Amino acid sequence: MSNSLAADLIIPIIKIIIVGLFPLIMVMVMVWLERRVVAFIQLRLGPNRVGFQGILQPIVDAIKLFFKEDITHTGVDKVLFNISPVLVLFSSILAFCFIPLGGTMQIGTYNLNFWVAESPVGLLLIIGISSISVFGVIFGGWSSNSKYPLLGALRSVVQILSYEIPVAFSVLSIIFFSQSMNMIDIVNRQKDAGIWYGFMLPVSFVIFWISVVAETNRAPFDLPEAESELVAGFHTEYSGIKFAYFYMAEYAHMVLASSLAVVLFFGGWLPPFPNVAALSFLHVIPGFVWYLLKIMFFLYLFIWIRGTFPRYRFDELVRLAWKWLIPLSLLNILVIAFVRSFA
Amino acid sequence: MAFKEILLNMGPQHPSTHGVLRLKVALDNEVVMKVTPVLGYLHRGMEKLFENRTYQQITPLTDRFDYLAAISNNLGYLLAVEKLMGIEVPKRAQYIRVIFTELQRLASHLAWVGFFANDIGAMSVLLYGFIEREDILEIFEEYSGARLTVHAFRVGGVPTDINDKIIDMINTFILKLPKRIADIETLLTGNRIWKHRTIGVGVISPEDAISLGLTGPSLRSTGIKWDIRKDIPYSSYQDFQFEVPTSANGDLYDRYVLRLEEIKQSMRIIRQALDTLPQGETLTKVPRVLKIAPGEVFHSIEAPKGELGFYIKSNGTDKPERVKMKSPSFINMQSLETMCLGNLFADIVAVLGSLDIVLGEIDK
Amino acid sequence: MIEKLENYPLLKQVYQNLENRFAGALLGATFEKDELCVTADRSNLISILEFLKNDNGFNALNDMVGLDNMNTKKEGEKRFTILYLLYRFPGSARIRIKVDIDENETLPSIYSLYRASDWAEREIYDMFGLNFSGHPGLTRIYMPDEFKDFPLRKDFPLEGK
Repeated sequence: MSNSLAADLIIPIIKIIIVGLFPLIMVMVMVWLERRVVAFIQLRLGPNRVGFQGILQPIVDAIKLFFKEDITHTGVDKVLFNISPVLVLFSSILAFCFIPLGGTMQIGTYNLNFWVAESPVGLLLIIGISSISVFGVIFGGWSSNSKYPLLGALRSVVQILSYEIPVAFSVLSIIFFSQSMNMIDIVNRQKDAGIWYGFMLPVSFVIFWISVVAETNRAPFDLPEAESELVAGFHTEYSGIKFAYFYMAEYAHMVLASSLAVVLFFGGWLPPFPNVAALSFLHVIPGFVWYLLKIMFFLYLFIWIRGTFPRYRFDELVRLAWKWLIPLSLLNILVIAFVRSFA
Repeated sequence: MAFKEILLNMGPQHPSTHGVLRLKVALDNEVVMKVTPVLGYLHRGMEKLFENRTYQQITPLTDRFDYLAAISNNLGYLLAVEKLMGIEVPKRAQYIRVIFTELQRLASHLAWVGFFANDIGAMSVLLYGFIEREDILEIFEEYSGARLTVHAFRVGGVPTDINDKIIDMINTFILKLPKRIADIETLLTGNRIWKHRTIGVGVISPEDAISLGLTGPSLRSTGIKWDIRKDIPYSSYQDFQFEVPTSANGDLYDRYVLRLEEIKQSMRIIRQALDTLPQGETLTKVPRVLKIAPGEVFHSIEAPKGELGFYIKSNGTDKPERVKMKSPSFINMQSLETMCLGNLFADIVAVLGSLDIVLGEIDK
Repeated sequence: MIEKLENYPLLKQVYQNLENRFAGALLGATFEKDELCVTADRSNLISILEFLKNDNGFNALNDMVGLDNMNTKKEGEKRFTILYLLYRFPGSARIRIKVDIDENETLPSIYSLYRASDWAEREIYDMFGLNFSGHPGLTRIYMPDEFKDFPLRKDFPLEGK
């Protein structure tokens, strides 16, 4: 009785708390990492004073932001203005419920799963939930009653709507092979196939990655918040903790995007070559560590891209989506379906 | 749907207006319909101040115009004063002046490439340019003690001779710079996004450029070969071999390529000047109280940003009757609207960056 | 005058053209320190500039300079002087046109000839309070709109007020 209570209630609650905190912790790591890595790319030092190599810098920043005066200027739609930062952050954290952060671990007789919820349509749910954030962006930009946020929000909507399509198509090619939209199944099928889908479907992955960078509003697609034009885009008028919410949400989205890339295309918690006997010692390292290593690679890629590329212009961004990525992903789907049905 | 213009106010507080510039922008969606620069936020009344300072006291004030190319301002002003007085500067001083103005051109162009790239979103290039600029500023510091507002020259020549240490520093720098330029070129020149953002944007025709009085790299990018260093040589520029790069399209990409090419040409000039540095005096005897007989003179030089001219009218006292500065940034700024119309909102920032403006020079 | 220009064939040609065209209308000419300066009257300013631009190739306006001669002018002279610095490429020739003007007089705007004169005329209006007729938008360029005085006039104090 007590055992099942623990299994049914306490462990899930602990898991929910951990999964809720996981993106926030990653956000802190990312804030520090981004500032340091971009600094090194630019031949600077970056923050290195607070704590060892400046690792406490994000905490100090957060404290500063939380205690900063929260300005709500006149003329805003108060309800939407207050709700939008929450909506943006909430949507990106909620999506982590369906991301497997690791495999199943046997503790005695209890099977500890490294995910909060398993759903047969997990993939759809993740894409759906994370898309809610676009509402936060629109509401935030519109309710600010200011021109820069409005322009930023308009750009954001067009951008996210445009790039949602190639994401969906590239994910569709995964489903052809996995025959499931359950995130755990997708990983397990990659184990069965003996090859990660990223190597099997490179075109899908490239499309996915470009689109996902665009959807997270990161450089070179950071138009909604292009500082040289729109000051800070849709969150120009936000300050204090609400600004911190938007800021954290951007990084949480990056973590989510990297997690999706890892789970869908690079075998989630699986070590490299999971079926090769000679490499079976890699299974000793827990799946969560493999997952972490992989998403760190993709998060690093985000920063690397940011430090290297100039920014797209708005019309070219939309042109890239509609003239290149969408036709390419359609063609990709067609080829994959053709190969799949005859092979 | 009825067309409704958005009126957008950029600045004076805005991340990318290069100082305290204000632009009133009218947008149709994101297409620019009208750009009206509003100036004067940095107006310090320098020209009024000049009328109440002696000729020597004005020299350090000219540093404050274009603070990214202070030495060029010094040179422009001093050449005008010297022409007004009718004195000849010793050959060695002329060469030293050339070396330092060309170093200043390098510093200004490197900062420009960085700011321009930063406006387009490639922020690493800014720091790459700045780390090289830092070396130049250290050379200036070694020579004059100041980094930004250098006050490197005096009426009649240069105050101190350059020593071996400075020559060594310059030589090391000249050896090091091409590698950094190659880095910048790797990051930008062939980059597809960079090309998308700059080719065919901010185009100005040669006719418009002449009518608007555009000078410097912006004018040369329209295909007009006009460089005062070549066409009306001053300060011994006729002694050096260098090319005046031009290109035909008059867009942002051409301006970028031209400036990188000018950096290479400037290095050539510095190398030649160091190799053929003549011996001798560096300062002619000039009276301590400089009274210049009534007269008027206009002299212009090729500053990094374009033609920098000084009109000076003397009245027999030790203070000028009138000093008028023809600042390249002012003229370049005037052509902003012509280059922006019909482009997208994001291009305003890019065009503004490409014009190489310094508000200290526009607002005087 | 002409003999001073002996070593400068280009300027000599330009000056002769001007002499021939506007025989009596030129109020004077000087050639000092390699710079040719022609004094014109404000009534025929536009025609001189048109002639220089269209027939002599002075295609660019370098700058416009305003001068306040309050302290140096002789009896009967006008208080202000406007200088038009022109140059031409190719050929790198420069010429200066000088026009005297009084406080309450108006000069024709040369915006239709040289677009560069837009801000230059605004600057002179701002600093000296001189008006240009036909300018597309003659407003203050540096000083705030509600500013009453003209800073570069010699009677504007350096401090105080």
